[in-house]
Amino acid sequence: MKPLFILAALAAAVGCGAASAQKSAADGIAEYRKMLEDGNPAELFEAKGEALWKQKRGPKSASLEGCDLGKGPGVVKGAFVELPRYFADTNRVQDLESRLVSCMAALQGFNADEIAKTPFGRGEQNNVTALATYVASASRGQRFNLPQSHAQERHLYEIGKRVFYFRGGPYDFSCASCHGEDGKRIRLQDLPNLTKNPGDGVGFAAWPAYRVSNGQMWGMQLRLNDCYRQQRFPYPGFGSEATVAVSVFMGVNAKGAESMAPSIKR
Amino acid sequence: MTDPMRIRAQAAGDKTTVRVLMSHEMETGQRKDSAGKTVPAWFIQEVSASHNGKPVLSAQWGPAVSKNPFLQFTIKGAKAGDKIVVSWVDNKGEARTDEATVS
Repeated sequence: MKPLFILAALAAAVGCGAASAQKSAADGIAEYRKMLEDGNPAELFEAKGEALWKQKRGPKSASLEGCDLGKGPGVVKGAFVELPRYFADTNRVQDLESRLVSCMAALQGFNADEIAKTPFGRGEQNNVTALATYVASASRGQRFNLPQSHAQERHLYEIGKRVFYFRGGPYDFSCASCHGEDGKRIRLQDLPNLTKNPGDGVGFAAWPAYRVSNGQMWGMQLRLNDCYRQQRFPYPGFGSEATVAVSVFMGVNAKGAESMAPSIKR
Repeated sequence: MTDPMRIRAQAAGDKTTVRVLMSHEMETGQRKDSAGKTVPAWFIQEVSASHNGKPVLSAQWGPAVSKNPFLQFTIKGAKAGDKIVVSWVDNKGEARTDEATVS
């Protein structure tokens, strides 16, 4: 009988310890991120992206240095905090990743549909992520200020809002179920409230990010894709209007937030 | 083909902190791919660092080290402008050497 008592006492002690430690879980994660910040492997993707930006590639053997990300051909600095935006040449509102694919198609001669169909983390999709990481890094520390002057940009904000609040799937979930109010979390991860500016370097201002747990670099497109997986929705298409619209919604809401991308995540 | 390392070396008084970020898959040999076949082990085995040509660190690594590893160490007596060279060799025999100057 005696060992059983000891076991019970031990279990009680462990239980108490967990309860008192619970409060600092978010602090613990913040501390962990701080420790990793110095050696964020996103820097490796940043360097790869920069090399890809300047390298002559594709059937047309051209670099991306003539690519217009919204601030004029070849201007990288400051472009990230103003995307998604309307582009006259494609007559569409585009986010960073879909814009990069357009440039790769127009300048380098890649097949845009083929890249869009490639699964994340394979072939040219890897290069798109690296390029997005490089472009985002050039605007680090700048504040989000998405343009809303073009009718299509305002239109996409409204679509994005509807997509954000649209409930469906087997769980009857919407983005707003988790990201519609303050203080929500999944397991230990605090979730940003994306209906307003969630703060500097949080939510829209944190991606692309390196995920330590799986050693992968994720752009916003993959981030959204995985959000839909968690909601048990069908996967949205790469660079589809719905994903760009949600990005416009999040980006406009995050006006004034400082970009921390590329950041590091658990 | 191997990707370059990111090396930063910063002097503060007598001590210099060297931070190295390496680009490597670091496969353990324990994982299986989607077809059920074992993904062959592929990891960095030897790491060495030198300060102005004099060895200051040598390490033997195994598959327990994470993907895209980060290594930080402190050396004594380095001055701004000194050269730090870091190299690694993996179990396939591929090697990489990069250098940085102390700032």
